[in-house]
Amino acid sequence: MDKQFQPLEEIREIRSIMERSSRFQALSGIAGVIVGFIAIAGTVFAYAALGLSYDQVPYEAPGQDQYSSMQLNGTFLLLDALFVLILSAATGILFAARNARKKGLPVWDNAAKRLMINFAIPLAAGGIFCAILFYHGHFALMAPSTLIFYGMALLNGSKYSIDDIRYLGIIEIGIGLLAAVFIRHGLIFWALGFGLVHIIYGTRFYFKYEK
Amino acid sequence: MKNFIGDLNKAFESRVRLGIMSILMVNEQVDFSAIKEQLQVTDGNIASHISALEKLNYINVEKKFIGKKPNTSYAATSNGKKAFNEHLNALEAIIRQSN
Repeated sequence: MDKQFQPLEEIREIRSIMERSSRFQALSGIAGVIVGFIAIAGTVFAYAALGLSYDQVPYEAPGQDQYSSMQLNGTFLLLDALFVLILSAATGILFAARNARKKGLPVWDNAAKRLMINFAIPLAAGGIFCAILFYHGHFALMAPSTLIFYGMALLNGSKYSIDDIRYLGIIEIGIGLLAAVFIRHGLIFWALGFGLVHIIYGTRFYFKYEK
Repeated sequence: MKNFIGDLNKAFESRVRLGIMSILMVNEQVDFSAIKEQLQVTDGNIASHISALEKLNYINVEKKFIGKKPNTSYAATSNGKKAFNEHLNALEAIIRQSN
């Protein structure tokens, strides 16, 4: 046996290797804050472009042909949300890669792959479900659905990342369910869930892991 | 008082082997470069410890080709997992005893 045999030290090292090799640790708080602002900007833009005041409901836009006007708004909202999604995903990936390099961790390792796959499956299901809602003209249900599926994606991915992601997922699911109850204000909840919650969580993340 | 030091597995005396097993306990299949990236030790060092673990039948080596590139990946055998758990238990028992 080694003369300087330290069992406690050894167990600590084993645990740290297990964590490092199975969980992706480099998620960035700054990215979270930016994603939050992108979501809020996307919502504000949608209200502005559709010429709605904050207490007006985009799914009930007045018009002679109610349905086609609604469909127009729905299409607009869908494209807007898609744009927000792409910008957000790019931000998240870019900052995570930067963060990993800074911490000297591998960027695209097993943990990162598993996080991506497990996150992407519920998210893709959500995306398809929203497309189906759109197809059937259930525009109002789209905002709550994105929140719920996003929350479930986080919950599923959290097994391969930091534990905080799990609670973020649960919060998003909760907000999504509330958004479905108060369906007339779905977009406000959307801004709350994707915007405010991300900003708060990102800030917390930054001070907890990156400071 | 029982002496748990004797329960420690000599095969896991080396830090590198301990590291390799730790990675394989939580990841089903890991390739050489991933192990190297995690442990930050030289190729030769890892290779010699891997072959030692393989001889003990603690890990499985799978060689295949991804396109034209050879890729070798490793997995812990049930034998290896059992041995590693016993080693961990012995470590824990020693810590408990010394407290």
